[in-house]
Amino acid sequence: MSDKKNIIDEIKNSKAFKVFASGIWLDNPIFCMVLGICSSLAITNKVANAIAMGLGVTFCTVFSSLLISLFRNTIPGRVRMLAYMTIIATFVICVDRFLKAFFPLISETMGPYVGLIITNCILMGRAEAYAINNSPFYSALDALGCGIGYTFMLLLMSIVREIMGFGTILDFRIMPDSWVNWTVLTIAPGAFFLLGVYLWIFRTISKKTDT
Amino acid sequence: MNTMNPIIILVASIFTHNIALTYILGMCPFIVISRNLKTASGMGVSIIFVVTLTAIINWPIYWKILVPLDAEIISYLVFIIVIAATVQLLEMIIERFFPPLQSAFGIFLPLITVNCIVLAVCLFMVLRKYTFIQTLFYSFGTSAGWALAIIIMAAIKEKLVLISDIPKGLQGPGITMIIAGLLAFAFMGFAGIITLQ
Repeated sequence: MSDKKNIIDEIKNSKAFKVFASGIWLDNPIFCMVLGICSSLAITNKVANAIAMGLGVTFCTVFSSLLISLFRNTIPGRVRMLAYMTIIATFVICVDRFLKAFFPLISETMGPYVGLIITNCILMGRAEAYAINNSPFYSALDALGCGIGYTFMLLLMSIVREIMGFGTILDFRIMPDSWVNWTVLTIAPGAFFLLGVYLWIFRTISKKTDT
Repeated sequence: MNTMNPIIILVASIFTHNIALTYILGMCPFIVISRNLKTASGMGVSIIFVVTLTAIINWPIYWKILVPLDAEIISYLVFIIVIAATVQLLEMIIERFFPPLQSAFGIFLPLITVNCIVLAVCLFMVLRKYTFIQTLFYSFGTSAGWALAIIIMAAIKEKLVLISDIPKGLQGPGITMIIAGLLAFAFMGFAGIITLQ
C-alpha cells in the first residue's frame, strides 16, 4: 500500500507529470490564457465536430512541437515564425486529408475551419513559449497536455450546446419530444455567452483574475 | 465561378456575415487589443490593409498556378507562406520609407501573421469560387467588418471600465465574451437583408 503511494507521489513530483498536467488544468489554454478560440468556437455546436477539432489540434500541436524542438538549434531566430508556420501547415494538411478521406461529412461541416488550425494561437504559442527552448520529449508532453486540456474544454462547450440547442448528443436524441430547442445556443451569440459563463465559473473557482 | 454582384458581397461581408461576430474568427486580438480605442483602430486599419493585399496576391497564385498544376493540396502551405512573407516585406518597407507609420502600425504587423482572418479570407475565397473583382470586394469588406467590430468593442469597453462594477471572475475576457454575444445579436438584425454564397 505504502509502496503504491510512494510511486504515485514520485510520478506526481516528476517534471514530466508537471509539464503534462499544467496544460490540462492550471494553464488550460482556453480558460487561463484564452488562446485558440478563434478557429474552434464556431464549430462547437455539435459534439462530433468538437471531437474532430480537438483531436486534430492535439495531433498538430504534438507533432509540430516535437519537430520544432528537434530543430531548435538550427532554426535561425529571424525566420523562426516562417519555420513554425511551414511545419504546422504540413501537419494541418495531413489532418485535412485524413478527415476528407475517412469522415467526409464532418469535413464538410467544418469546411475552412480545419485549415484554420494553422493560425490557432495554441500551436504557435506552444512552439514559441516551450518547444523552442526545451528538449523534444518534454515539448511533446507539454503539447499533449495542452491538446487534451483544449479538447476537454471544446467537449464541455459542445455538450451543452448540442443538448440544449438540438436536443441530441452525437446525433442521438436524448431530450424528450416536448423539449423546445434553444436555438440561440446553436448560433454565434450562444457560443459567446456560454464561453463567457464558463470563464466566469473557472476564474471564480481558481481565483485567477485578469489585470 | 460565383456570379454575385461585388457590391452585394461587400455589404454582406461587413454586416450580415461579419467575420468576428458570425464566424467567430480573429478572436485573439479581439480580446487582447480591444482595451482602448486608439490601439483598436490602429489594429483595424493594419488588418484592412494586410487582408486586402494578401487576398489579391493569393487569388492569382491559387487559380493561375496551383489549379493548373493540380497542386491544390498544398494550398494551405502556400497561402500561409505568402501571408508571412507579405507581412515581413510590409514591415521592412514601412521601416525604411515611412518611419512615422512605424510607430503607429509597426507593433501590430507581426501579430497579423497569426491572425485567423487573414488566412480565413483566402480559404473562403477559394471555397466560394470568387472571381478576382469579387475577391477584392470580399476581402476589403471582411476586414472592414472586423475593424468595425473591434472598434465598437473597444468603445464599449472604455466606457465600461469607468462606470460598471463587474464581478471579479468575469473581468477581462469573460465580460468581453458577453459583450461580443450581445453585439452578435445586434448584427443578427441585419441577417434578413442578404444571404451570401
